[in-house]
Amino acid sequence: MIKKTLFAAALAVLATGAFADTLRIGVEGAYPPFSFKQPDGSLAGFDIDIAKALCTQMQRDCELVEQEWDGMIPALKAKKFDAIISSMSITEERKRQIDFSEKYYKTPARIVAPKDSDLQGTAEGLASKRLGVQRGSTHQCYAEAHFPDAELVLYGTQDEVFRDLSLGRIDAQLSDSLIAQEGFLSKPEGANYAFLPGDHTDVDCYGEGVGVAVRKGDDALRDAFSAAIKAIRDNGAYKTINDTYFPFDIYGGRPAGL
Amino acid sequence: MENLLSFIPLDLPLIVQNLDRFLQGVGVTLGLTFLSLALGGAMAVPLAIARASRHRVLNPLIWAYTYVFRGTPLLVQTYLLYYGAGQFQFVRESWLWGPVLSQAWWCALIAFTLNTCAYTTELLRGAIVDTPKGEVEAAIATGMSHSGRLHRIVLPSAFRRAIPAYSNEVIFMLHGSVVASTITLQDILGVGRWLNGRYYLAYEGLITAAVLYFIIVFAITRVFRWLERRYLRHLERRRDPVVRNIAPPMGVK
Repeated sequence: MIKKTLFAAALAVLATGAFADTLRIGVEGAYPPFSFKQPDGSLAGFDIDIAKALCTQMQRDCELVEQEWDGMIPALKAKKFDAIISSMSITEERKRQIDFSEKYYKTPARIVAPKDSDLQGTAEGLASKRLGVQRGSTHQCYAEAHFPDAELVLYGTQDEVFRDLSLGRIDAQLSDSLIAQEGFLSKPEGANYAFLPGDHTDVDCYGEGVGVAVRKGDDALRDAFSAAIKAIRDNGAYKTINDTYFPFDIYGGRPAGL
Repeated sequence: MENLLSFIPLDLPLIVQNLDRFLQGVGVTLGLTFLSLALGGAMAVPLAIARASRHRVLNPLIWAYTYVFRGTPLLVQTYLLYYGAGQFQFVRESWLWGPVLSQAWWCALIAFTLNTCAYTTELLRGAIVDTPKGEVEAAIATGMSHSGRLHRIVLPSAFRRAIPAYSNEVIFMLHGSVVASTITLQDILGVGRWLNGRYYLAYEGLITAAVLYFIIVFAITRVFRWLERRYLRHLERRRDPVVRNIAPPMGVK
């Protein structure tokens, strides 16, 4: 009898211990300014800070796990980590595989090309042009659907897309406008490049914004993230982080002037 | 059949739909692999001869080259050529940039060729150095010149003995060619990763790629087995004719 009680107690401890376990969060580390490596090798960026703020809000210990972008969803499903906070857009296709919290930001996608090019950001204008996108991103989905005659060039990281654009190996690239502004256009190597006119916002590919991804059926965790996002929006923690990286609030939609 | 297929946790129709892209990928992989093997192999012959003959100037130079290229990963070599070379203004302004170094395909071909050439050089050097002394002495005794010995005795013998080791190099090169997919080329793995990225899949693209590589390796090993049988017959272990005891040994009935 005593044995049984002890056993039950041990089980209870184990169970609560399991719940209070460290929460592992998948991040990318090659998507400035959302997540990037600092000179000393540590991770920094909007996603990273949001992840830490959400963990503080949820009163959980968190561990950030680095993962390459195109293996992000498989790694989540394989339980390498429990959530993805890595600028992952909420889309229907992804929702078949994983669940999302409410959005934590949303910006439109735009095409970047050399300033002196007369490219048009349309299906005809990009026909037989080399268009760079990150493999496995929503931009790959959008480009395949809307620029069927363009020659898509796929890269492992967004950094590589910008590098090859500046080397002239591709004619243009499609990415998040904010990523392009902060990670390329505002830097010396992006000086001779500019956005083509027009936003690219297609719900089929780009969905409702960027959310925290969790495994299907992990409803408690998903709802905890949604509540924590709302809480840090309300208590000012979000604004502090936002203002460290961006001159405008990126939560709502397209920032004015971009 | 329908029911049977539903047990396989793969999106087979999706793979079949995109099979033409995979076949194009097979073309890119085979083209890069065998072109680099042919070029690297052709360059390796004179380099191996120079190494084996211990040429005073060339030998240390070639040794350094093979040491560097065998001592660093193919991925690093390819990245350095593709991303590294483009960082320099003078490279971008040279005549090589437009037609060659700005093209991912050429970068891959150059890196693969230099890599396989380094391995093949050392492999051939070993085969040349290991030529049985008797064969060389016999050639000298019949009055053959140095180049005659090389042409008619040493090289044919070395090439034959290098076949088994070279079959490994061919397969390594095929597998190493997946590096092409990291510099935007749509080789077999590139198409597999495209499929995974396009439909947010975990396995389908990789498994299809794995099966295709497996089939190619199977074909390569068959070809080499035929080559070995044809050209290494003289080295096969001889099946001694079994001498049967005509009379049973003493003491046995």
